[in-house]
Amino acid sequence: MAAQRISAQHRGRLSDTLRKTFGRIPLHFVILATCLAWSIPTIALLVSSFRDPSAIAGSGWWNALLDPTQWTLTNYDNVLNARGMTDAFINSLIITIPSTLFVILIGAFAAYAFAWMKFPFRNVIFLIVVALLVVPVQMTLIPILRLYTIVTIEGSIPIIGGNVFGVGSYSGLWIAHTAYGLPFAIFLLRNFFGGLPRELFESAHLDGASDLTVFFKIVLPLSVPAIAALAIFQFLWVWQDLLVALVLLGDPDLAPMTLQINSLVSSFGSNYQVLTAAAFLSMIVPLGIFFALQRYFVEGILAGSVKG
Amino acid sequence: MPTVRYEHVYKRFSDDAPPAVADFNLEISDKEFLVLVGPSGCGKSTALRLLAGLEELTEGDVYIGDHNVSNVQSRDRDIAMVFQSYALYPHMNVFDNMAFGLTLRKIPKDEIKVRVNEAAAILGIEGLLKRKPRALSGGQRQRVALGRAIVRKPAVFLLDEPLSNLDAKLRVQTRAEIIKLHQSLGTTFIYVTHDQTEAMTMATRIVVMDVGVIQQVGAPQELYEHPRNIFVAGFIGSPAMNFFDVVVEGDGDDLRLQAAEGFALPVPQEKLAQLAPYRARKLVMGIRPESVHDGAFQPPDIRASLVEATVDVTEMMGNEVLAYMEVGEHKFLCRCDPRTAARPGQQIRVAFDIDGVHVFDADTKTAI
Repeated sequence: MAAQRISAQHRGRLSDTLRKTFGRIPLHFVILATCLAWSIPTIALLVSSFRDPSAIAGSGWWNALLDPTQWTLTNYDNVLNARGMTDAFINSLIITIPSTLFVILIGAFAAYAFAWMKFPFRNVIFLIVVALLVVPVQMTLIPILRLYTIVTIEGSIPIIGGNVFGVGSYSGLWIAHTAYGLPFAIFLLRNFFGGLPRELFESAHLDGASDLTVFFKIVLPLSVPAIAALAIFQFLWVWQDLLVALVLLGDPDLAPMTLQINSLVSSFGSNYQVLTAAAFLSMIVPLGIFFALQRYFVEGILAGSVKG
Repeated sequence: MPTVRYEHVYKRFSDDAPPAVADFNLEISDKEFLVLVGPSGCGKSTALRLLAGLEELTEGDVYIGDHNVSNVQSRDRDIAMVFQSYALYPHMNVFDNMAFGLTLRKIPKDEIKVRVNEAAAILGIEGLLKRKPRALSGGQRQRVALGRAIVRKPAVFLLDEPLSNLDAKLRVQTRAEIIKLHQSLGTTFIYVTHDQTEAMTMATRIVVMDVGVIQQVGAPQELYEHPRNIFVAGFIGSPAMNFFDVVVEGDGDDLRLQAAEGFALPVPQEKLAQLAPYRARKLVMGIRPESVHDGAFQPPDIRASLVEATVDVTEMMGNEVLAYMEVGEHKFLCRCDPRTAARPGQQIRVAFDIDGVHVFDADTKTAI
């Protein structure tokens, strides 16, 4: 009797394990299939970037998967050696890095004030800032261009080049990108700062910290995850931006990679395999930044400061 | 000269609501361990925070030493505070947490090291100096919070319910440690809690508060034996005091406090004059469970008045039996000798210690 009962239990446990392992398979399958389906366009472009123009015109991209001899690096070669691509890369960096830094700096100061300092109309102003998220970038381009044309200060900045301000200047782009990024930055950081426990600030004030000290020594170190997220977001947005640079720069010598790649299309005709190669090349930096900063998404950085 | 003085302090958070703290007057001497105690929302934390400078005074003045600090910023008030949730800086290790305030005040590094190590030694946390708060247990974080306050060498320590987040056993242990700390440091401690046990065991003086108003100030024993009103009587002491609605009956030398038919306690000789004017007035009689005994095991030296009562529920505590009794409409608690025969449903004779009776005016709620 006991033996029968035990073997029944054993059987129960075995079928449970089997069900757990194999029951998951349909789920995994569905997930993998969905991922694959969504990645197909990107994969297609990646494969196309390794193919000859003739091959692309001749057959579908999936043929390259079956016939390894088709694969070639000519496209990448063309892009890398194209006139001005290295300059464009550096220009992209010149545009993107300050834009990201300014957004973080200004956004963090503003967010701290909105979250923890009392001043009249605080809530109204914050609502207006958040409401600006709704405004489409495209709507603002022409007004800003007209504004910049009026305030353009000609001149040549050493090293980076371009005018001092206005059309055809890096500073103009920095200001524009910073402004476009601020509503989201302030919104994100203010919510994060607001979530920090009040007693932390009170304790710091009692210890003798001024608002500025609290900001730099306590709030910023604790906000690294939020700031990392913001940095990634802003970096990606500015790096892959074509429209703002196209409208507000005007000077081909200052063109970032996006603009340069765009012009490649015209010089190489309608060969989009060059575009695909260029696109994947320009993705390397953002991907690198993303994976580098991912480490800073430390969860539970606040664990241990306040009980529970 | 008192270390801390509150003068006619009011705090209003909004104009329509009653004040959080109303006409708060208090003088706290040097080396006192003063406990502000009361139910949630009574204003005790607010009163503490007003002293700390974390809230602004609506009216009144606060003095530390002989300085009027009402308009002085928290950091210049020479106080240190321990929060209920510890409020440790999570990105700094224990040493830096404790040193933070000192670094900001530009104290030389060597002295900072000395002070932090000293405080760590007092609290027994020397081995934790390199750890971050998330790697510490609740009790350890508590001590770091205390250490952070100690290194500042303030004139007054403020503690806002520091034991509330600890488990029961740790609480009892830490209670004793805080008392020892107070004795060794010799600084004034102002401590806020909702737990009357903490207040009774730790304080040199207790301030009982309710709805923003001080109900009574006094040494623990004083509050226990001579509560000035019903609130203090019911708040101090655990289990809480029993209350009965009574009327004074009888004439001349023979006055009784009548609670119900067959349930009356005689008024002792010395109280006759006091209670005589209250004939036909509604009164409230209070008597602590400790003063109510099982008639069969009553202490020999008390003046007892026996009452028949029915046992409702009993709780076996080991060293005593808590018996919930009923007489007519009145329910009360009796702390019985563990040998008692009281069981649910039984009728036993209960002895009320007449000297343990407190009488209060039912309208003004104050003691007579």
